[in-house]
Amino acid sequence: MTSSPPATSEGRVRRRRGDSRLGDAVFFNLSRGSGILLLAVMAAIAGFLAYRSGIALSKNQGNFLTTFEWTPDAAHPKFGIAVLAFGTLVSALIAMIIAVPVAVGIALFISHYAPRRIAQPFAYLVDLLAAVPSIVYGLWGVLFLVPHMDGLTRWMDQYLGWTYIFDQSKSGVPPRTLFTVGVLLAIMVLPIITAVTREVFRQVPRMHEEAALALGATRWEMVRTAVLPFGRPGIISASMLGLGRALGETIAVATVLSTNSVLSLHLLDPGGGTFAQNIALKFNEAQPFGRDALMASGLVLFVITLVVNGVARLIIARRKEYSGANA
Amino acid sequence: MAKRIDVSGLSAYYGTTKAIEDISMTVEPRSVTAFIGPSGCGKSTFLRTLNRMHEVIPGARVEGKVMLDDENLYGSGVDPVAVRRAVGMVFQRPNPFPTMSIYDNVVAGLRLAGVKKKSVLDGVVEKSLKGANLWNEVKDRLSKPGAGLSGGQQQRLCIARAIAVEPQVLLMDEPCSALDPISTLAIEDLIGELKSQYTIVIVTHNMQQAARVSDRTAFFNLAGVGQPGRLIELDDTQRIFSNPSVQATEDYISGRFG
Amino acid sequence: MSTMTTAPAPQLRQSLTNGRLPKWAPVAVTVLSIALGCGIGAAAGLKSHLQWGLISALLFVAVSYAVAAKVEGRRQAKDRFATSLVWVAFILAVVPLAALTFYTVQQGIAAINGNFLTHSMKGVVASTTPDGGIYHAIIGTLQQVLLATLIAAPIGLLTAVYLVEYGRGRLAKAVTFFVDVMTGIPSVVAGLFILSLWNIVLGFGYSGFSGSLALAILMMPVVVRSTEEMLKLVPNELREASYALGVPKWKTILRIVLPTAVGGITTGVMLAVARITGETAPVMMLVFGSDVINNDPFNNPQQSLPLYIWQQYSMVNNDFGYQRAWGAALVLIAFVMALNLVARGIARWRSPKSGH
Repeated sequence: MTSSPPATSEGRVRRRRGDSRLGDAVFFNLSRGSGILLLAVMAAIAGFLAYRSGIALSKNQGNFLTTFEWTPDAAHPKFGIAVLAFGTLVSALIAMIIAVPVAVGIALFISHYAPRRIAQPFAYLVDLLAAVPSIVYGLWGVLFLVPHMDGLTRWMDQYLGWTYIFDQSKSGVPPRTLFTVGVLLAIMVLPIITAVTREVFRQVPRMHEEAALALGATRWEMVRTAVLPFGRPGIISASMLGLGRALGETIAVATVLSTNSVLSLHLLDPGGGTFAQNIALKFNEAQPFGRDALMASGLVLFVITLVVNGVARLIIARRKEYSGANA
Repeated sequence: MAKRIDVSGLSAYYGTTKAIEDISMTVEPRSVTAFIGPSGCGKSTFLRTLNRMHEVIPGARVEGKVMLDDENLYGSGVDPVAVRRAVGMVFQRPNPFPTMSIYDNVVAGLRLAGVKKKSVLDGVVEKSLKGANLWNEVKDRLSKPGAGLSGGQQQRLCIARAIAVEPQVLLMDEPCSALDPISTLAIEDLIGELKSQYTIVIVTHNMQQAARVSDRTAFFNLAGVGQPGRLIELDDTQRIFSNPSVQATEDYISGRFG
Repeated sequence: MSTMTTAPAPQLRQSLTNGRLPKWAPVAVTVLSIALGCGIGAAAGLKSHLQWGLISALLFVAVSYAVAAKVEGRRQAKDRFATSLVWVAFILAVVPLAALTFYTVQQGIAAINGNFLTHSMKGVVASTTPDGGIYHAIIGTLQQVLLATLIAAPIGLLTAVYLVEYGRGRLAKAVTFFVDVMTGIPSVVAGLFILSLWNIVLGFGYSGFSGSLALAILMMPVVVRSTEEMLKLVPNELREASYALGVPKWKTILRIVLPTAVGGITTGVMLAVARITGETAPVMMLVFGSDVINNDPFNNPQQSLPLYIWQQYSMVNNDFGYQRAWGAALVLIAFVMALNLVARGIARWRSPKSGH
């Protein structure tokens, strides 16, 4: 035994250190690279859409914001997002008006009202509702929901027709309208709004609820004084997330809405359009320039959803810091 | 205002677990009664049965009678909401509503009861905050959030909130356990002043505190882990701490267990 | 009473007993409003039973308020009102869920048979016969989703590792924020992007793979999010114990952290897979659809289940088309639900040592 043991062991240590340093560097860079890749994808989406939109807009002979037609492949290309923006915003708005109160109700049901034996499985069911593919919602919407909306539509026309927006100018056609789309979108975004709101309601400190009860509050008064104020930021950001979904929903809208691009304040008349629906429908027959035009509308949709989601996330993030500091 | 509480044969359950068993006692009006005993002996549970807060926990229920003068809190037709108005409560950790100002916190109970008149509310705020020895510290910032106060101030705000609805009884569940010694002293002084108007019941872990603030002391104990808690004895505080009639009480007080 | 002379403020003097509705009252109100709702619905000649239900729900809310206001007073009535509203919200959520499940199963079951599952649409005149099937669409969906997962899962996983194990500073913050925002990208926008980059700039044609790229964009943020949550649940003591033994960081992550969280990560990935399986728009733009079996996802158009449903519904517009669409919808929903159930099962089974 002439070779000195310390030397080998030192060598082994050195080799291991080198190994680990190399391994750490590789692994670190791999994982950081993935993060950067994600950022790059986001940037690329914005960049590519903006580039193609630029091409389209430079040749547009209509006004991009106010033109009603969408004929980019005609001899004199004209296209504008007026109809699409109107339809997108209106259908999403209707969806929000219906979905937010119902979702808050469901969330309260799960967190504060339901017997525990029902609450858990029911929360689970609502989550499953979120997993139903939108094409199935679309198919169900047009073949089941639309016929069932007929009576309601006629009733609203009869009794709320004076509001103008609920006046039906053509009767006897299936209600494949912006209003029906709004109802369908409401059903589709319910699960996400419910899920986020429910979590926030669950985090309401028990001691604040008890404080209200001990003052002689009924259950509803307890909810109003302790739960809702605490959950308000959560409700807002959940609604924004739902709004993002509703704005970008494509195939369900394309299935349900009848395909004549009109801008009409009569919400119970068939027709209208949304950004996503228009892209899906026009895309396959569009010429290269037509595709650029669609990308311009896609860019608008992208920016809108980016802002809506960004705001929602910022609210959630602020909430987290706040409740963290309180814990 | 202050009323006598007469408890007879009271047991409380969480689901199928019996937390306290067959408790009977009388709490005198306009006095301070302290509940002491080792952790898990059910003294907080018992306190919460006195204003029907026990049953807000899912699966919890109560058997027995609690008479507030001549009305049974658990009688048929009794509205728990009305009970909680008559029997106020202060919790272990100060819990002012985080989204409300100091002013709104104090009048929260009155607003629930439908009192809207500004002059009435203003009067109650001043009276209650003075009653809680907090008025001088906060009178210039009533519209600031209650969560911005120190722990001791928050607890006194909670006391002000509880007395604003003029309850007949005030229950306190270890009101000083989250506070520093100086704030604790302030609360103890306050309890001494409040007893001239209210029937006060206080749960405490701190035997010195029980000896300092209470007129009568009840000692709770449990026979073993998993056994329901029982009332061992209730007597004048002085007697409990000097010459208790039960051996277990003496063992607990002299620090031999608990 | 004690000898106190100060009377409590008058508005607070209140007896402990209030008029109380008996325990069976809500049930009675429910029965009554359902009976009334059906009566009104039948009398007005409304065909949709859903509308009968909605009328009953409204009556339920109104009647509970009225009865409670009469017997128990205004505050209790408000409380009952809120409670009944919350229950109605619950019913409102159950109705579409039940209707959708029931209708899809009812319609879809009729279409599904051995032939439907094992044949493509090759040579089938879709509008005149009920023949043809979804075999090619199943193949396409499986391949596209698999490819998308192969791209998105590693990137998503590594990004989550970066955020939890290394992430400090501005880059990590930016990644976190944009991952969140990215979960909200409309699928049609992801499709447009891949189209402009992959198909227009780089000149590739329609293919299953091109659809997978768009699906991967939609999948990545979901994977990052769920993996991040799971990694955060791994106790720090485990990491420290490993470092204390001289194990380098990357080995700690690979050997200790990831295996501990593997259950949750699998769940997250499966839920993300379930989400992209149902995506239609990007597939429509990038995969194009086909009537015949194409086993090569890298060349030429393929079919996929969601796209198949859309095409059967929109191109044919007759009962045969609808029937095939429902059949495919049932298969799709069953697949997605199965993924969900298995994923949640795994989550419950392997959740990092929490008893509940």
